[in-house]
Amino acid sequence: MNHLFFLLTLAAYLGSFAAYIGYLVAGRDWSGRLGSLLLAGGLVAHYFALLERSRGLHTVPYHDLSGSMSLFGWLLALTYLSLELFHRQRSVGAFVLPFVLTFFIFAQLSPPDRFAASPATGVIFAFHVTLSILAYAAFGLSCVLSLIYLAEQRLLHEHRVGDVVWRLPSLDLLDRMSQSSVLVGLISIAIGTAMGFVWVDRLTGNVWHYDPKYAVTLLVLVAYVFYLRLARNPSWRGARASQLCIFNFAIVIFSFTVVNLFFSHAHRYF
Amino acid sequence: MEIVLVGLNHRSASVEVREKVSFTNDQARQAAEELRARGILHETLVLSTCNRSEVYGVPPETSRESAAALSNYLSSFHSVQLELLCPSLYHHYDRHAVRHLFRVASGLDSMMLGEAEILGQVREAYRIAYEQGATGPVLNRLFQGALEVGKRVRSETELGTRPMSVASAGVKLAERIFGKLHERAALVLGAGMISEQVIAQLCDRNIARLFVMNRSQQRADDLARQFAGKVIAWDDWESALTLPDVIVSSVSAEEPVLMRAHLEKAMAARGNRPLFVMDLGVPRNVDPAGADLYNFYLYNIDDLTQIVQQNRSAREGEVPRAEVIVDEHVGKFLTWQASVEIIGVVEALRHKLKSERAEFVRERTDRIPSLTPEQRAQVESLIDDLLEKMLLDPARRLQGEKDLRRKIQQVEAIRELFLPDRER
Repeated sequence: MNHLFFLLTLAAYLGSFAAYIGYLVAGRDWSGRLGSLLLAGGLVAHYFALLERSRGLHTVPYHDLSGSMSLFGWLLALTYLSLELFHRQRSVGAFVLPFVLTFFIFAQLSPPDRFAASPATGVIFAFHVTLSILAYAAFGLSCVLSLIYLAEQRLLHEHRVGDVVWRLPSLDLLDRMSQSSVLVGLISIAIGTAMGFVWVDRLTGNVWHYDPKYAVTLLVLVAYVFYLRLARNPSWRGARASQLCIFNFAIVIFSFTVVNLFFSHAHRYF
Repeated sequence: MEIVLVGLNHRSASVEVREKVSFTNDQARQAAEELRARGILHETLVLSTCNRSEVYGVPPETSRESAAALSNYLSSFHSVQLELLCPSLYHHYDRHAVRHLFRVASGLDSMMLGEAEILGQVREAYRIAYEQGATGPVLNRLFQGALEVGKRVRSETELGTRPMSVASAGVKLAERIFGKLHERAALVLGAGMISEQVIAQLCDRNIARLFVMNRSQQRADDLARQFAGKVIAWDDWESALTLPDVIVSSVSAEEPVLMRAHLEKAMAARGNRPLFVMDLGVPRNVDPAGADLYNFYLYNIDDLTQIVQQNRSAREGEVPRAEVIVDEHVGKFLTWQASVEIIGVVEALRHKLKSERAEFVRERTDRIPSLTPEQRAQVESLIDDLLEKMLLDPARRLQGEKDLRRKIQQVEAIRELFLPDRER
């Protein structure tokens, strides 16, 4: 069954990617709508794949690298689709789907878990992890949007206005989409981190149980609040804000990899 | 049931001839009324734009005779000599008239390929004729089909999406940067013809505020009044640069009016808010050294012309797809037309057989005086049933025929063999 959901998800995401490409390159409206539909289908199949995995392991699906990568991909797709519906803009899909596919496939290919099942259970822990990963996904999406912004702006500056530029969102809209995504990320990380503290308190009876992850998470929070503040300043709005957003995501990647691997025992799961 | 089209357009006639043969809305109504009153056409519609004047109609006689009558009518209505008019006129009938109209509505026959305005003009011409009662079932169906195909071509192809003039290319680029322009402001330096075109495009996009500056105060006032803008004195141009998001410059000047230093100062004063400048002046009005300033976008007339040329090629690339859609709709219309013809022909055949049956039975039963009225009625009923049975299967096969050409051929054959006197 897990294999079936994997295949369905892969097929749906691949089909969605192809449809979004068709929309971006050839401008076919029906292709864009098909892309959104297939992405929604992929999200459903992916959800069931995650559910199957957690049932099979008798634990949450994200306690290891494979699960957390898969969940990240799912939340990235979910955040993107929500943003697409809110801003009514499909042309970014072709740039986001490769990341969704990469994380999904990488999750399937990553080695099986070496560690014993974590004692972490419960609703609060589930919310903590899910919201944290949602935050990373939202920040990742804003990074993609910022990259597209910089590319489109460069093309406009260099007067290379071809087919794709006409179909991309306007610079102003890309900017707003990026800020929307960061806002989702900030709210998620704030609530997710708070839940983390509550869970630690319940587990250890000590809410101040220090973990270097806290400092880096706080740094991420501050960095993105700073981004949001600056992005509304005319002097920073545009390329500078986009560059800052990309830099901030580098901190997120640092937090998820280096910090988790070498500095934070509680957050090391691969 | 035939369709006839007589008209001229920008390809067949010079602007001098087109001017003489154009119709106002009132003239279109008058012409439609007169054409029907004189029996030249049963159904009429006049389509008249700056690039074409065309009369579509359903004639009572064969369309080729009506075309000659229509040409004469156009000549007399507009008081233009027929010899002068005829070389510019084209005539289309039936399928070719349908195809022509569908291509017109799709923008395939326009001077600017894929232009959107023509669909609105076709809609308006149809509305006028419909409200007047000048159209009937054929033209109603035809023009509804034209509007449908025009919309479909525009939504399924990119024929109408790319800007095809310098003015529209500039405004579309502004939308690339700012998105919708309804909260943006534009400053126009210079009040020439091209500035006017750009302002018109900006107003179409609902630009929120418009400022006009020109060396001639009078001209600036006229332009501002025309487009509900505000005039800024020419001497205040330095402070004026902080107001807009879009600047359109087309000033006659030997040297650039806006140097890099001015632009740097202006960008600093406006807090580096994005600024898009269309420099339409020749020589250029804006120092190109300013192009690398943060959040500053500069396009001159050559840049915009190049975009227009790229777009023209892109639009031309969409023509085959658009033609496929047009052909599909032509087929649909002709199928409908053939169906209507079939019903008419079958009914006419049934009517003829019934009247011949009546005479046939009367002649033969008169020689059998022993037949009672009831028996005579039974004989008539038997023959009616036989005729109905004989008609039923062929009628069904005719309706079910998928090949349109074969269908039309079969209808024509029935008409020629059994209804030689029947009007089309």
